[in-house]
Amino acid sequence: MSGKGMNLTLKIWRQKDAQSKGKMQTYKVNDISEHMSFLEMMDVLNEQLIAEGDEPVAFDHDCREGICGMCSLYINGEAHGPDRGVTTCQLHMRMFNDGDTIYIEPFRAAAFPVIKDLVVDRSAFERIQQAGGYISVNTSGNTQDANAIPISKHAADEAMDAATCIGCGACVATCKNSSAMLFVGAKVSQYALLPQGQIEAADRVKNMVAQMDLEGFGNCTNTGACEIECPKGISLDNIARMNRELIKASVK
Amino acid sequence: MSGFFKSSIGRKVAMALSAFFLMFFLIIHLAVNITSVFSEDVFNELSHFMGTNPAVQFALQPVLIFGVVFHFVMGFVLELKNRKALGVSYAKNNGAANSTWMSRNMIYSGLVILAFLVLHFIDFWIPEINVKYIKGDMSGMHGGEYRYFHEIVAKFESPTRVVAYVVSFILLALHLLHGFTSAFQSMGSTAGRKKALQKFGKIYSFIIPLGFIIVAVYHHFNHH
Repeated sequence: MSGKGMNLTLKIWRQKDAQSKGKMQTYKVNDISEHMSFLEMMDVLNEQLIAEGDEPVAFDHDCREGICGMCSLYINGEAHGPDRGVTTCQLHMRMFNDGDTIYIEPFRAAAFPVIKDLVVDRSAFERIQQAGGYISVNTSGNTQDANAIPISKHAADEAMDAATCIGCGACVATCKNSSAMLFVGAKVSQYALLPQGQIEAADRVKNMVAQMDLEGFGNCTNTGACEIECPKGISLDNIARMNRELIKASVK
Repeated sequence: MSGFFKSSIGRKVAMALSAFFLMFFLIIHLAVNITSVFSEDVFNELSHFMGTNPAVQFALQPVLIFGVVFHFVMGFVLELKNRKALGVSYAKNNGAANSTWMSRNMIYSGLVILAFLVLHFIDFWIPEINVKYIKGDMSGMHGGEYRYFHEIVAKFESPTRVVAYVVSFILLALHLLHGFTSAFQSMGSTAGRKKALQKFGKIYSFIIPLGFIIVAVYHHFNHH
């Protein structure tokens, strides 16, 4: 690209509030730099809408450096857009071409209701975490130093990999069954792999899976789409581990 | 434990267990059928044994029928639950970007296999039950010789039946291509994601349906 930016047609889901019916609306943005992030392009659109006296498009965002898990968006049929291993805020406009039409939709799932436009309520994830995604530590004053407990490098690495899940919900959005098993699998795994997580392991997996089912997420059919679309590259192995943990907890 | 099988993961495990059982059954079924290509006598002997042995008929057969019915009923239950979990459909959804056609369409390949099973039962199972348990003829004979080989040859005379069988077996191959490794994952094993088992799964998913196709096509072109 030299000098002039891209002219794009955007088809965006607009929905007034949780109760209203939404629909796709078409917008044009011009002179978009390839160096912009996708959210900066959205900012340009919103400035344009405000200048024209229209309601800006509501979308979630916070850190804009791929770590907070707030940004979402289903872009051209993929969660966080066509790039791999990135959140929407890290998606660059150079992934698109001048003249492209881009579909921008909220993350869809019955358990992720739309609040407004592209903003969805992902608090179901919070409730799953609260059901067991923690360890209880006695803070009576003689707490053991965590570094005094030996942990194999392999287990530490796998636990860390699972813990990189930012809970953005791309796995649910991309799943043909709206299953949350990659998220729950990661959250179960990060504790299941460490000695600190063993004490509450059985209750943790039982309660988190029960809450996941209660929230109305679907069943995993192992298509593997979540792993590919996950901005943090969370492995499907975590789902297998969660299944194993639940089997183990249930036969006890 | 009963709570386990009511959970989403418990249902997946049940689906995988019935799948393993059915995949094992396919090997046995093909092993018997393929003999018909090589030896009329061996096929007749094996068919007579399978058709009249009380253990096979009254222990294994009910278990098999339960396995088949369970697998597709659970398949429907999971499909309906999954559809309920979906929100508004996407205006644009690029499923091919992150998953295989087979993995996204198990319900459809499964439905074709189910339709095939109905045809297959009408073709072979119901006539067998009729001869053996309604007419009470357990001899396996017709006109002084074993009837089994002649029956299979007669059935595959019809080109429409052969085409229906071949198409069903192709869909079975697609169903197995995803199902084989998926079952391991559901059981909590990452083995299905390892190269060796993926290769074995591909070979299995190719060989089993191909074997059945060979039997159907061979008898179509070789009827005496």
